[in-house]
Amino acid sequence: MTRVEAPARGPDESVVEMIDLSMRFRQHLVLRDIDLRIKRGETLAIIGESGCGKTVMLKLMIALLKPSQGVVKFDGQDLSRLNEKDLSQTRLRFGFLFQMAALFDSLTIFDNVAFGPREHKLFPTEDLPRLVHERLTEVGLPEGLESKKPAELSGGQRKRVGLARALALNPEVMLYDEPTTGLDPIMSDVINELILQTQRTKKTTGVVVTHDMKTVLKVADRVVMLYPIARLKPGEPQILYDGSPEGLEKAADPRVRQFVQGEAGERLRELAQGRGEL
Amino acid sequence: MADVSANLAHLTPVHRLGEQAFDLVAEIGNMAIFSGSALAWMMRKRPSWANMLPNFYTIGVSSVPVVAITGTFIGMVLAVQAYTSFAQMGLATRLGSVINISLVKELGPVLAATMLAGRVGSSMAAELGTMRVTEQIDALAALGTNPIHYLVTPRFLGCFLLIPLLTLMADFMGVIGGAVVSTQLMGVDSFAYWKHSREFVGGVDVLAGVFKSFFFGAAIALISCHRGFHSRAGAEGVGRAATEAFVYSFIAILFLDFTIGIAWNNVYATIWPQSATLL
Repeated sequence: MTRVEAPARGPDESVVEMIDLSMRFRQHLVLRDIDLRIKRGETLAIIGESGCGKTVMLKLMIALLKPSQGVVKFDGQDLSRLNEKDLSQTRLRFGFLFQMAALFDSLTIFDNVAFGPREHKLFPTEDLPRLVHERLTEVGLPEGLESKKPAELSGGQRKRVGLARALALNPEVMLYDEPTTGLDPIMSDVINELILQTQRTKKTTGVVVTHDMKTVLKVADRVVMLYPIARLKPGEPQILYDGSPEGLEKAADPRVRQFVQGEAGERLRELAQGRGEL
Repeated sequence: MADVSANLAHLTPVHRLGEQAFDLVAEIGNMAIFSGSALAWMMRKRPSWANMLPNFYTIGVSSVPVVAITGTFIGMVLAVQAYTSFAQMGLATRLGSVINISLVKELGPVLAATMLAGRVGSSMAAELGTMRVTEQIDALAALGTNPIHYLVTPRFLGCFLLIPLLTLMADFMGVIGGAVVSTQLMGVDSFAYWKHSREFVGGVDVLAGVFKSFFFGAAIALISCHRGFHSRAGAEGVGRAATEAFVYSFIAILFLDFTIGIAWNNVYATIWPQSATLL
């Protein structure tokens, strides 16, 4: 399979667009009337309470889920209209770092990182060791890990292997699903640095789903805050905030400030009364 | 939207029954689409040998001991249970025909399939269920690889192609087990035992069992992979997928055994009408 090259476009052009998007799992509406455009080269952070649909949004961008309503476009193409082959080629232009890295248990680290290029024959077989070595070095992993299985690695190492695997395809858009969850503060900062490094050296567009405000302030150019539908007032938009990371602390909406400051407020009492459960 | 959610929270039993019926139809449709997709991928692109061989080893080679032991004991048990009745009627020398026809037409294929469903089917469902829960299946798709092609096709081919060999193994071991018990322990004349076996058990009977086993293998692979792919989150969800894979596969094996048995007999009787009374 030969990879489709991205058409040359201006930096202000949207690379990912979500138009009038809603997502429902059976009776449970997770996303409602979302309109979002992500510009080429920017790093967008999506924040919000657990269960408000952040990861769902990320999976919709790469068509791992099909929206119940609305359109997701990548480079102007409606993903729902692509056939299997074109969708597969389009996905090769994304990199996805999953929350728990989602490394393939049965494969070695080498095979995990080489998986995409090998499956799609993007590199000659003899070049794969060099590619894997380069990618593992980029994410700060020492030599000698290639023959190990994912179960033998620490959480931070697995995350970095996951990042190396995503970068092996030279993606245009990197999707990070809670990249620092479950890591100690130093390893979290290492991951943040790697996200920045990826953005700078590879010129990728980034979408980071996170709860971690340090990550937001360090890597994001723009922040979107989602709010759970069950807690919205009638007619309210689900995106409560769309602006710069610096503006979060001074946001007009108190719910945004409450989230950023990490204050429980009345939430415990509401939960005890059975209100606000997602 | 909140109003809709509130209404759904107060469903009557009739609504719930309707919802369950709807879910059942949706599940059958989902299974059909899944199976169609797996079969379509098989036609479009053969999985790599590097992907197929480990699956073939797990499904075929690793199943040989359990299938061989089960087959042997079934043949031996059949001999022990049937001997007394046959001896009382003075038909002990006919024991071989009954044991062997039962083995090659029914017990060999069904037991090999049951063992495969228990040993391999539930394991496949648990493995794929774990991959679903830990987002490895999503990761495959995100890397531009079709998960059905990569995960289901090699397992389907393994079950479909190797179960006939396992069936033949179960048949062979059962025949040997039955013969050893009948002739060495029960004292049945060995020459007469094999002579009657040859008279009543032919290649077509062996073929009937092997033919059925292809369907059993396909059903086990599709059901087990489907349950794994649609596993719910958590240890309980994965465990449930593994259990369902075995239970549904076993029901499918029995159902297919019954329907294919009838169809086979009808076809046989149509082609060789004079032999219909022997069936």
